Amino acid sequence: MKIRIDHDRCRGAGQCTLTAPELFDQSDDDGTVVLLNEQPPPELQARARLAASLCPNSVIHIADTSDP
Amino acid sequence: MSAPLAPAAPLPTHRTCPLDPPPEYQRLREEQPVAPLAFPDGTVGWLLTRHEDVRAVLADDRFSSARENASSPVRRNLFRPEDRPGMLLNMDPPEHTRYRGMLTRYFTVRRMRALAPRIERIVADHLDAMEAAGPPTDLVPAFARPIPSLVICELLGVPYADREKFQRWTATMLRLDVSEDEAWRAREALRTYMRDLVADKREHPDDALLSTLIRAQDPDPALTDQELTGMGRLLLIAGHETTANMLALGTYALLSHPDQLRSLREHPEGVGRAVEELLRYLTIVQFGTVRVAREDVQIHGVRIRAGQTVVASLPAANRDPGQFTEPDRLDLTREPSQHVSFGHGIHQCLGQQLARVEMQIAFPALLRRFPTLRLAVPPEQVPMRDDMFVYGVHALPLSWDR
Repeated sequence: MKIRIDHDRCRGAGQCTLTAPELFDQSDDDGTVVLLNEQPPPELQARARLAASLCPNSVIHIADTSDP
Repeated sequence: MSAPLAPAAPLPTHRTCPLDPPPEYQRLREEQPVAPLAFPDGTVGWLLTRHEDVRAVLADDRFSSARENASSPVRRNLFRPEDRPGMLLNMDPPEHTRYRGMLTRYFTVRRMRALAPRIERIVADHLDAMEAAGPPTDLVPAFARPIPSLVICELLGVPYADREKFQRWTATMLRLDVSEDEAWRAREALRTYMRDLVADKREHPDDALLSTLIRAQDPDPALTDQELTGMGRLLLIAGHETTANMLALGTYALLSHPDQLRSLREHPEGVGRAVEELLRYLTIVQFGTVRVAREDVQIHGVRIRAGQTVVASLPAANRDPGQFTEPDRLDLTREPSQHVSFGHGIHQCLGQQLARVEMQIAFPALLRRFPTLRLAVPPEQVPMRDDMFVYGVHALPLSWDR
């Protein structure tokens, strides 16, 4: 799995940080998303998907890669 | 399938159960997901009731949030040009982007969680006062209203001593049956109050948000007093009114579902999910949110014309069985889901992380303090806020064993 962020769309609602704090943070400068880990380990992939589905501005894109 | 369109009907507002949205929404969701809607100003627009459609429209930039030409589904549009500066909820990009960009950093998950110790103190103080005064008590003035009011006052730098004034003005503004004149006077009073407060902060700055925004250097040009007044008003209203109603109505819902109440008492660590479920189930922004089509848009084969107002029904979307299993059941352990109680798209609630922290602290603390908490009147005697923009209870008389 690989996470990609469309940063310009982010308005800092914080849903991602709330849902998967291991993967997403919010910048202290402007509150927008900071991607902490673009290749989440298997145990965090479900929450990465949930965060993507909750994002109000479709900022988070998830690509399934063939790695284990 | 192109069945002939039914004539436009007004927004369904008649509830048959105080905790459920009007049952008419269910029929509309199934049979007429894009329903012609008759507005009180005489125009016709559209009502969306399915979760996927509500979410899609709120994230679609072909729909505008500007209020100048929008109709309200429950009363005449009372918007005036003076209401506009700083009122980012009613703006589109790029204007909205600028204001939201200035504010977001002050409402992050981290910053709101940092307020937890102070919020715990405020909650404990109000529980102490309730306990000392003894039962029965009305939860609204004793707990639900003061806690978010005090928190937003401290965050913004608004004197809490002025709460009776701004709570009264807000209550007037949010009433459905308010006259145009009355609504205008309340808005003017709040605007004047906030303008004077901004002027005072310029003279005597503190560490709270209004002063921080005055000092902020990065917006170019700097915020005008008009803009600061508008932002301050919006944050103050949104900060105290919504959470207050969630706390009181949420407590009523819990007391009406003893099994759920028990599960939250036994598993307070599940309060995160419980709060999301209460947000979904109760959807206090009961008449949804409006957008105006900028161009002709087709939804399910229905053509929405440029300039028409569309109402995205948040309560209908949050009870859509296409999205939620057994949507009419309150299930505090429900898996995290895409409820739209905070809206969706660029305007999704700026203060949602503050609201979550407040509720996640307040509900368990209330239940812990009063293990025998119960209604002090029969449930049907609890006065519901059918007559207000934001749903809830006008009063919640409670009792407990001393």
